Amino acid sequence: MYSQGLIGADGRTDETPEFLEAFQQRVDAEEKIEPTDAMPEGYRRTLVRQIGQHAHSEIVGMLPEGNWITRAPSLRRKAALLAKVQDEGGHGLYLYSAAETLGVSREQMTEELHSGKAKYSSIFNYPTLSWADIGTVGWLVDGAAIMNQIPLCRCSFGPYARAMIRVCKEESFHQRQGYEIIMTLAQGTEAQKEMAQDSLNRWWWPALMMFGPHDGDSEHSDQSMKWKIKRFTNDELRQKFIDATVPQAEYLGLKVPDPELKWNEEKGGYDHGEIDWDEFWRVVKGHGRMNRDRIKARKAAWDNGAWVREAATAHAEKRRTRRMAAE
Amino acid sequence: MAIYQALLELADDHLVLGHRISEWCGHAPMLEEDLAMPNMALDLIGTSRTLYEHAGELEGKGQSEDDLAYLRGERDYRNCLLVERPNEDFAHTMLRQLYFAAFMYPYWIAAEKSSDEVVRGVAGKAQKEMAYHIRHAGEWVIRLGDGTDESATRMREAVDALSIYVDELFDSSPAAQEAEAAGVLPKRADLRAEWDKTIAQVFDEALLTLPAVPFAQRGGREGLHDEGLGHLLAEMQSVYRAHPGARW
Ligand SMILES: [Fe+2]
Ligand SMILES: [Fe+2]
Ligand SMILES: [Fe+2]
Repeated sequence: MYSQGLIGADGRTDETPEFLEAFQQRVDAEEKIEPTDAMPEGYRRTLVRQIGQHAHSEIVGMLPEGNWITRAPSLRRKAALLAKVQDEGGHGLYLYSAAETLGVSREQMTEELHSGKAKYSSIFNYPTLSWADIGTVGWLVDGAAIMNQIPLCRCSFGPYARAMIRVCKEESFHQRQGYEIIMTLAQGTEAQKEMAQDSLNRWWWPALMMFGPHDGDSEHSDQSMKWKIKRFTNDELRQKFIDATVPQAEYLGLKVPDPELKWNEEKGGYDHGEIDWDEFWRVVKGHGRMNRDRIKARKAAWDNGAWVREAATAHAEKRRTRRMAAE
Repeated sequence: MAIYQALLELADDHLVLGHRISEWCGHAPMLEEDLAMPNMALDLIGTSRTLYEHAGELEGKGQSEDDLAYLRGERDYRNCLLVERPNEDFAHTMLRQLYFAAFMYPYWIAAEKSSDEVVRGVAGKAQKEMAYHIRHAGEWVIRLGDGTDESATRMREAVDALSIYVDELFDSSPAAQEAEAAGVLPKRADLRAEWDKTIAQVFDEALLTLPAVPFAQRGGREGLHDEGLGHLLAEMQSVYRAHPGARW
């Protein structure tokens, strides 16, 4: 999944204008910035925050989908969902490693997630209430993630760009798999069709919120564009997503829950209703349905696993001591 | 019919254990285990699918893998008790995995000589998977057994709790006996020495001892389960059963 478009670049810096100018030239020349390269502190901080937020989103995102592994209605679906959730964990691991190249440890990032200091994508603060949600999450949420992440494959920071290339391949597989789940439901019994429609009704707007606030309300977005961390604005990406997704819903005979949705011939895209921004900020600020439960579950996993991690460390230490004694 | 029943026993072992491990998903002690445990679950569920499908074909009544997995109740499930034991903690989970894999690894090696082509096919793939499970779970049993005081205590508790379910692994139900006599499946009782050897090696490093078992628990092969299996199945089968005849 993806960290929603909330991350403003941190422009504060102590560097000289010459240094900043030289850095900007490298970025403008589409050179990849590597971890050992000199970089403005604001660039580094922005990336740590964005990659960390993205990694946390992958990890927290395992919870709503994991919620249905034990109930998946066929063995084939059960295996596919297990593999998908495992992929998301792999994305998290991969992204934590990318962030670690910038000098922040996974433990530190994990603590920031648990303390609420670090954010993750708000989409995971919505509950998965039916099997159809597993299809919808793949179709819409992984779909929106892809829209966000494809431009990140060209991000100026090398490790992040490379991580995204690998991750995007898997996300697009997830998206197709999710769509196929919904298609099966949409072509199924009345109850299955209802399940699919109900699920689309609940996830459509939160999925649109994944792209973040309107461009005008998005702080520091310009600096991220300038540093080529970001390549498109929130609204541009949201529009692309809507234009790609609405025909997919129509093909399935499902109704997108936006009465104002209308094709606009002139702009070659859909006009749509306004997002409920109160809801958006409410969930960002921690008052979504699942915010507390998600963090509680992550903390519980971490705390309950402490003795295991300690044992692993203690055992490794014992082995090392023994080996040294034998030498 | 006996071979159908015997294949179901084997398939149920794999599905139930795969399901149990999948319950960890997203809640593991570390991210690496959140990746490793689904791997093991996928191996087990994958094997169960092939076995269910094959059992359904042999039975010849048109039952699909999903019919067999989702429409039988707890009295019809024929898995051994070990695999249905709850996860409890990471020590229990890894020990359960080691115990099972240490049994299945020699089982699949012996099954390469099966007269049944599907069984031979499963055997080739599954023995590699079980070798990995022995290694992965075995390493954890060693780390935890010879880690901190707490982990060693938990590991000993797991050994104490799970060892009463080991003997059942080596029992053959009447159906399994028929399948064994027909050369379709390996003789379970023959695998004990190999299991003992694997466990002894791991326990030696883990500073653990296999306790004497005053009374071994049995009954899974007759559908006499612990109370937990009914809950596992109720959850697993809930969506499938709520929509009879639906495709997913
Ligand atoms: Fe992602
Ligand atoms: Fe992902
Ligand atoms: Fe994904």
